[in-house]
Amino acid sequence: MGTSMSPTTSIDAAAVRRDFPVLSRTVHGKPLVYLDSAATSQKPEPVLAAMDAYYRETNANVHRGVYTMAAEATERFEAGRTAVARLVGAPREGTILTKNASEAINLVAWAWGVRELKAGDEILVTEMEHHSNIVPWQLVAELTDAVVRFAPVTPDGELDLEGLRGMVGPRTRMVALVHVSNVLGTINPVAEVAAIAHEAGALVLADAAQSVPHMPVDFGELGVDFLAFTGHKMLGPTGIGVLVGRPEILGSMRPFLGGGEMIRDVRKEGSSWNDLPWKFEAGTPPIAESVGLGAAVEYLEGVGMDAVRTHEREMARHLVDALSEVPDLTIYGPTDPDRRGAAVSFSLPGVHPHDLAQHLDQDGIAVRAGHHCAKPLMRVLGVPATARASAYLYNDAQDVEALLAAIGRARAYFS
Amino acid sequence: MGGLDDLYQELILDHYRNRRNAGQLDDPTVAVDHNNPLCGDEIHLELRIEGGRLAGVAHSGEGCSISQSSASMMSVALSDRTEDEALDLVEHFRRVMRGDEDADEERLGDAVALEGVAKYPVRVKCALLSWMAAKDAILTRRSEGG
Repeated sequence: MGTSMSPTTSIDAAAVRRDFPVLSRTVHGKPLVYLDSAATSQKPEPVLAAMDAYYRETNANVHRGVYTMAAEATERFEAGRTAVARLVGAPREGTILTKNASEAINLVAWAWGVRELKAGDEILVTEMEHHSNIVPWQLVAELTDAVVRFAPVTPDGELDLEGLRGMVGPRTRMVALVHVSNVLGTINPVAEVAAIAHEAGALVLADAAQSVPHMPVDFGELGVDFLAFTGHKMLGPTGIGVLVGRPEILGSMRPFLGGGEMIRDVRKEGSSWNDLPWKFEAGTPPIAESVGLGAAVEYLEGVGMDAVRTHEREMARHLVDALSEVPDLTIYGPTDPDRRGAAVSFSLPGVHPHDLAQHLDQDGIAVRAGHHCAKPLMRVLGVPATARASAYLYNDAQDVEALLAAIGRARAYFS
Repeated sequence: MGGLDDLYQELILDHYRNRRNAGQLDDPTVAVDHNNPLCGDEIHLELRIEGGRLAGVAHSGEGCSISQSSASMMSVALSDRTEDEALDLVEHFRRVMRGDEDADEERLGDAVALEGVAKYPVRVKCALLSWMAAKDAILTRRSEGG
C-alpha cells in the first residue's frame, strides 16, 4: 500500500491484516489473535520486501565505497532516516539511529549525563517508567553523585502533575518521562511537563516507544529536547531505534560510542568528530533495518497516523468495556479511551497472570504476563505482575471477543 | 483445555489451592528470599535444621499456580530429609525439569506431577524457584554455620 493509499480517518482492519503474513497462522490449531503489540509489533509485507530486496539487490557497507552498490546502499539507508525524521517532524541531523530505545536513552545518559551532572543534581523520572528510563539514570547517578527522583502516579494510574511540579527545582537537570505508559496505557501531558522543566532550566527526554507507533507525534509540538523510540514496535524490524535530539544540544555533546564512521579525523594524540547525526553512530549501522524502518514509516503514513490513533482509541474502548464485564477483574490505568493507548493491563483474582497467559495461548491468543519491565510501578500498584492485552492497527473487535471468551474459560478452570 | 492438562494436573491445582507448609516458622535456622526477575514471582523460604535434618520447611510469597504448587510439593518432599539428601533431591528435580532425568516418584512424592512442566520451557523457572531457594538456604546455613 504505502504512499499510494490516501490517508483516511478510519481503518479497514480486515484489509490491513492481509498485509501481515504472520497474522494468518494458527497456534494450537486456533487462528492467532495477537494482542502483544506493546512488546513488539508484527511486520507488513512491504517491510519484509524492502529488507529482502536490500540484501538481494544492493547489499554493501554505507558511507564507504565509491562503487555503485555502496552508493545505492547509502541512499537506501539514509532514506530510512529521512522517513522517520519526517514522521515525527524532526530535523534530519538530529535523528540518530541506535540499536533500540534503551540505547537511545543510554546515549543521552552517558554522553550528556556523565559529563554534565554534578553531585546533588537531580534527574526526575516518574513512577510509571519502563526500566529503560530508570536504570541508565541510576548508573550515571552512581558515577556523578546525582540523585534520581520519582514523580508520583495517582491511584487512577495517571501522572500526578502537581506532585511533579513540586519536585522540579533549581537542582533538577533532567526530566525524563514516558509519553505513553507500556503498563497503564496512560498518555502523559509531555508538553506541560516540558514547559515546567524548561522554566527550571532542566532538559526533557520523552520515552516515546509506546506513542510514536500509535499516534501522531511531533517533536516540536511536544517541546522536548530528546525523544527516544524503537523500530520494532512500529512495524519495523528489531535492532534499530531512534534518538531525536535538538541539534544544538547534540552538537555540544561529546560522542557516546567510539569507532568507525563517527570520526572526522583520528590522530595518535586524539580525534575529532563527524557531523551530526553520524557523530553518534559508531561502527557499521543497522542498514537493512533502516531500510525496513523506512518502509514501516511509509506504511504508517499510507494508513495515516490520525487513523491509527482513531482505530486504537476504539480498540482501547472495546478492551476496557469487555474487561469491565468480567466480575472482580481490575483494570489498571485510565478507563477513558481519550486518555489512554490500547495497552490494557489487568488482573483477575485467583488466576495468576502466567496461568492466564498460558490458557490464552492454548486458544491462540498472545498476551503478555509479568511486570512489563516496570517493577517500581508494580510496587506502587501493589501487584507482583499483571496480564496485558495490547492492540494495534491490525486488531479488531473480534480479537477482543476471543479474549473475553478465553478469560471466562481460564477462570472456570481455576475456580 | 486438553493440551494443558499435562501442565495443570489435578494434583498441581490441589497444591495450589491448598498449600502445604505455607507460612512462617517460629524459630527458623535460616531464611532466604528468591524472586524470578522475569515474571515477578517471589518466595520467602524458612528452614529449621535440627541434627542435620530439615525439621521444618515453610514458604510464603506470590506467584503462579506452578510456582506455588511446586513450593508446596517441595516443602513436603524435603521435610525430614538430611541436608545432603535434600540437596540431592533438589538436583534430581532440576534435572527432571531440564528433561535430563526421569522423575523418581519414590523420592519426589506429589512433585512428580510437575514432570510435564519440562515441556513448557518458559514455565520451568516457575517450578524451580522454590527448589533453588531451598538449595540456597541449605548452602547459606552451611557457610554461616561453619
